Amino acid sequence: MSGPSTYEPKSGFTRWLDARLPIARLAYDSFVDFPTPKNLNYWWTFGGILAICLVTQILTGVVLAMHYVASTDQAFASVERIMRDVDYGWLIRFIHANGASMFFLAVYIHMFRGLYYGSYKAPREVLWILGCVIYLLMVATAFMGYVLPWGQMSFHGSAVITNLLGAIPLVGETIKTYLMGGPAIGDPTLNRFFSLHYLLPFVIAGVVVLHVWALHVAGNGNPTGVSVKEVKKDTVPFHPYYTVKDGFAILLFLMLFAAFVFYFPNILGHADNSIEANPLQTPAHIVPEWYLLPFYAILRAITFDVGPIPAKLLGVLAMFGAILILFVLPWLDTSKVRSMRYRPIAQQMFVLFVLSAVGLGFCGANNPDDLIFKFREDKLSVSYSDTNGVAQARLFDDFGEAKAFQSSLPPTAAASIEVSASGFKWLWLSQGLSAYYFLYFLVVLPLLGIVEKPKPRPASIADSVHRRTKSEAGAVPQAAE
Amino acid sequence: MAEHGSDSQSAGGAHAGETRRDFIHIAAVTVAGGGAAALAWPFLQQLGPAADTRALSSTEVDVSKVPLGGEIRILIGGMPFFVRHRTDAEIQDARNVDVSTLRDPQTDDDRLQPKADGTRNPAILVTSGSCTHLGCVPVGPAQGTLGDFGGWYCPCHGSHYDTSGRIRKGPAPLNLPVPKYEYTSDSIIKISL
Ligand code: HEM
Ligand code: FES
Repeated sequence: MSGPSTYEPKSGFTRWLDARLPIARLAYDSFVDFPTPKNLNYWWTFGGILAICLVTQILTGVVLAMHYVASTDQAFASVERIMRDVDYGWLIRFIHANGASMFFLAVYIHMFRGLYYGSYKAPREVLWILGCVIYLLMVATAFMGYVLPWGQMSFHGSAVITNLLGAIPLVGETIKTYLMGGPAIGDPTLNRFFSLHYLLPFVIAGVVVLHVWALHVAGNGNPTGVSVKEVKKDTVPFHPYYTVKDGFAILLFLMLFAAFVFYFPNILGHADNSIEANPLQTPAHIVPEWYLLPFYAILRAITFDVGPIPAKLLGVLAMFGAILILFVLPWLDTSKVRSMRYRPIAQQMFVLFVLSAVGLGFCGANNPDDLIFKFREDKLSVSYSDTNGVAQARLFDDFGEAKAFQSSLPPTAAASIEVSASGFKWLWLSQGLSAYYFLYFLVVLPLLGIVEKPKPRPASIADSVHRRTKSEAGAVPQAAE
Repeated sequence: MAEHGSDSQSAGGAHAGETRRDFIHIAAVTVAGGGAAALAWPFLQQLGPAADTRALSSTEVDVSKVPLGGEIRILIGGMPFFVRHRTDAEIQDARNVDVSTLRDPQTDDDRLQPKADGTRNPAILVTSGSCTHLGCVPVGPAQGTLGDFGGWYCPCHGSHYDTSGRIRKGPAPLNLPVPKYEYTSDSIIKISL
């Protein structure tokens, strides 16, 4: 896509520099004169938004690190000090904490965009895989960042996840010990998490460079999925067309971001994390941050053993598998058509996929054994053991009757009364949605490419734009000459 | 490599392509690889528990201070443990269970370490405080919730443990493990990781 460079240094200094380090030329060719399909919609602005998010996290993070103390005795207090005593510390921390959420919001939209428009297909497989690497690094960074404030959820959330790693056969216990640096989450863990939490965002920045490099080899995809045929007709220069469009989207995004920071700074957090970590007391309900809830739901959906594989290990495998499967997606989708605009069945399956991913988020937030809706009114159940010592239960509508029945039984029956509810469990929903999550990748996409009949596609990008804007005279964007 | 291999090249046949330079390459790469592996070892090993962390791996507890029917909770190297002073009724409950019906069959005596004289003190039960499901800390007498079997209840996903710390109901696969501990006197126990 890049074509021959059109950069012309204007001043003596830029000519001098260009002959020694052509960095201005690189920037010009990459972000000014870069030929970009003229039909990109707003879903394509999230790449720029993500760059802003990364810079925001690094800037605010470096400042937080100036005041933060990575020690189990002082971490919680040092964060409180940032909130109360450090000038504008509250602002910087709220930007960082909500920034993580905004980062994930943007990355999920960016990824769904890729899934819908087939951005992972040839020749963009490596670009897609680099994106998956970035996402994985983001998850690791956010997980470790959430441990740093040393609240109840920080501590017990990380305990749950590190314990899961222990479920991996043979190496699990070793990985766990080497991750924690001791028998339990403690000072060694907090310090290494802080070190890695500082490091990984810069690794992300490095992979982003590769990601953009790969992007500039293949060029941007576009909503039609039709490749650029004639650079002159199909593309416009990145600047000013897309610097302005991206800039506008970034402003809207920052407004949403600011709304969270200034009006609802704690709404995405969990109240339990405002209590200092206490290893001897587990919060009643452990949940990760919202952006990891779907994977948490998949983890908990597996409550059954399969052959020799115990449920706990299977849950761990499913949780990691849900992310790792994205890496091989370019080879699972057999369709030659990139954009789902022209794939009527895939389009519907995609909508279901988005719904199931969001639905899994809700499942992750709820206790698996709670009921979504009830099949019947609650009843009272008297459980007791009969004369043979076998456990029995009888249902009653009325407390008086239940009580009378209980007292009619001999003391050896050890009768007890409890509320019996019957309904649809969150667990079942999460099992159904997890199944669809994997079916979408392993069955739907491989099969649809073979059986589905795609709709006709426009001959070129220019063609698709002109057809849509024919009626509005003069509204056709002009390609730079 | 061929263009550098003047000697063996001209000799032809058996030694074709094998040169001193190849040998030097292989040797250099081997040394560099070995060096990298040797360097990786300390970088990996430093992640493990440090000597001071390992040194903090046991604690002595005066069990006579635990109130009847209550428990104390202690942390050893960050790991939670329960020391419970069971009532006679609780001991009886623990003993009257038909062991063969248990998910993780163990008798109550299996779960008590003998004193120096070989007798067991059933009043004092020592267990890990980490649920065998996903590691939450179950609630017990101090929190006023004992679960359906009078021992502990794990609020995370609803595991019930009996008065011997054995799993009776819920997702946890195993009994609360009994740590290594010994009576150093009648009332002092030493718990180690
Ligand atoms: C990929 C980029 C990053 C993400 C997704 C991220 C995410 C997070 C999250 C979720 C927290 C917990 C916030 C809370 O609940 O208080 C956190 C805390 C923290 N982060 Fe980051 N972070 C990133 C980059 C950085 C960088 C580059 C630094 C340092 C140079 C940093 C330093 C800190 C510090 C010191 C804390 C603890 C103070 C606090 O809890 O507010 N972060 N991070
Ligand atoms: S951790 Fe105790 S029941 Fe899950």
